[in-house]
Amino acid sequence: MARAVTPRRKLFFTLAAWTVALLIFFPVFWTILTSFKTEASAVATPPQLFTADWTLQNYSDVWARSDYPRFFLNSVIISIGSTLLGLMIAIPAAWSMAFVPGKKTKDLLMWMLSTKMMPAAAVLIPMYLIFQKTGLFDTRIGLVLALMLMNLPVIIWMLYTYFKEIPGEILEAARMDGASLKNEVLYILTPMAVPGIASTMLLNIILAWNEAFWTITLTTVNAAPLSAFIASFSAPQGLFYAKLSAASTMAIAPILIMGWFGQKQLVRGLTFGAVK
Amino acid sequence: MNMTLRALLGATALLTLAGLASAETTITVATVNNGDMVRMQGLMDDFYAKNPDIKVEWVTLEENVLRQNVTTDIATGGGQYDVMTIGTYEVPIWGKQGWLASLNDLPAEYDAADILPAIAGGLTVDGNLLAAPFYGESSMVMYRKDLMEAAGLTMPDAPTWTDIEAAAKAMTNRDAEINGICLRGKAGWGENMAFLTAMSNSFGARWFDENWVAQFDQPEWKATLDFYLNLMTNYGPAGASNNGFNENLTLFQQGKCGMWIDATVAASFVTGKDSTVADKVGFALAPDNGLGKRGNWLWAWSLAIPSSSQKQDAAKAFINWATNKDYLALVASKEGWANVPPGTRTSLYANPEYQKVSFAKMTLDSINSADPTKPTVKPVPYVGVQFVAIPEFAGMATSVGELFSAALAGQKTADEALAEAQALVVDEMASAGYTK
Repeated sequence: MARAVTPRRKLFFTLAAWTVALLIFFPVFWTILTSFKTEASAVATPPQLFTADWTLQNYSDVWARSDYPRFFLNSVIISIGSTLLGLMIAIPAAWSMAFVPGKKTKDLLMWMLSTKMMPAAAVLIPMYLIFQKTGLFDTRIGLVLALMLMNLPVIIWMLYTYFKEIPGEILEAARMDGASLKNEVLYILTPMAVPGIASTMLLNIILAWNEAFWTITLTTVNAAPLSAFIASFSAPQGLFYAKLSAASTMAIAPILIMGWFGQKQLVRGLTFGAVK
Repeated sequence: MNMTLRALLGATALLTLAGLASAETTITVATVNNGDMVRMQGLMDDFYAKNPDIKVEWVTLEENVLRQNVTTDIATGGGQYDVMTIGTYEVPIWGKQGWLASLNDLPAEYDAADILPAIAGGLTVDGNLLAAPFYGESSMVMYRKDLMEAAGLTMPDAPTWTDIEAAAKAMTNRDAEINGICLRGKAGWGENMAFLTAMSNSFGARWFDENWVAQFDQPEWKATLDFYLNLMTNYGPAGASNNGFNENLTLFQQGKCGMWIDATVAASFVTGKDSTVADKVGFALAPDNGLGKRGNWLWAWSLAIPSSSQKQDAAKAFINWATNKDYLALVASKEGWANVPPGTRTSLYANPEYQKVSFAKMTLDSINSADPTKPTVKPVPYVGVQFVAIPEFAGMATSVGELFSAALAGQKTADEALAEAQALVVDEMASAGYTK
């Protein structure tokens, strides 16, 4: 039986939730504020949250110095492309693991996840050479492939978890009604798993958008996304914090807005099956 | 001439024109984000006017990311970059590997003999100039003339460490939040270890003897670290173990440091519009201990061409433009002499206009007093003033820097930090095959 929530407990948990949320958001808030400060105010000692000399100069400097639309377009193509390609591979894979599991399915799932445990730098040289020799270096398709492969274990695991929640009897009924395998996956399974697929898609777009190691290492000019855009404003001696903050704000704003609008779907998907 | 023939001729002419247009060579330049490099990117119209057939694509990255990317590219012969911005640490190491193209054949008007000898020495391997200096820097003492005067002291042009300690003591005023001295304490091979290695040279210390045996167990290192810790504990700012270049710059600009020993490039910042003490700053050479070596470093951000570049002629044309005397004159005409990239050419310091810049002479004297081939009192098997030009140095020095930073934070004694540093470096050098 559920325990009654007293007003005092409710107030306590509300305050705790707000405190944690503010702590998590504070660095982003600080970055956004810093982007509107002068360079001198940005590094003032002791640090100042607010300043008297707000300015938009950093944004105009960053815009003038960099080809922001090109970096932005690359980020959009790479993150959406790698996510869609990943879903195309992961949906059938997760279907087979969830509904026709073999003896080694659990081992296979663990093995896939173990590839995420290896530090990226460990495969830097082989990846670099492969990309060079195959002409994939500094191309969007190269990064789409790299990020898709990198996030594929996460996509499969998430979809597998959602698919396991769908009663197998429904799929059996569809089969008895004469649905082919393709129709079963496309018209029965996929619509039922839409919340899960949507949250997987959103999460993977965010992961791909924020990925910085490979996107900076495997690009120079043509395919460089917003992670490289931010890196170009990071100075050797820690100078130009205000411009770096402006560049960071411009880079995270699109994904922040997308996350805001998609939060309902994201939370629904992430908590799918949490309570039985 | 019938219509078909005309059409064919027209098409041929168009294709020829298209071919001519595509004869443009695009080079990729990897660089760091600093004021001088940003300024150069804003002056590219001059380069394009002189080199209409070359297009430059910029890849600007944070120093450590740039170092990782260009090292990976050059080690795998990738050829993704045609010009790289590298420091004096990389040049001797990469030069020995044969990774850099020689710049000895730059045009005569480049006048390589005009490059400051100390800088050229750090960029030359086996007689080949492997990188063209874009700007050079050393380190020096920046001090508050008003506080020195109030204390009844005069800063010599070439002070000793004893002078520095006396001045720090006299200028420290905790009630007014003025620290006698601000020095780097943040761990890192390019942070506290750049300062401490250069300082140790003036105390006669060295990283290795002629047989690559670590020397942190020697009295010279003990004297260096003891002096540094006493100075910073008594007269330095609170939390100094977290302070790097940027933190100290802010403290000095806000009038909270009596002295700051750091990069000569900081001179334009402490006398610039963001400084509250701009008109009260004096300059002096880095201190010595009467042993014939000063505690200043030597660094140059330079432009080099990887051997793997397929566009070496265009890359050389760019380097010639970016690092020759005309470029300095171009910057001066647009931004004033104080903003010219310093520390690369003898002729700049002979220019009467540049001599009017307050920190020009001290910068030149500081650079000239550093010798990367003979950095300290005793002989050493390595090149480099504030670093040791071997691939293992960056990792080792960062670890040692963490130990020294911990000592500054009061988490270790100087003896403990030195003993751990000695053990660490001995192990690393044995693993790397320098010693048995």
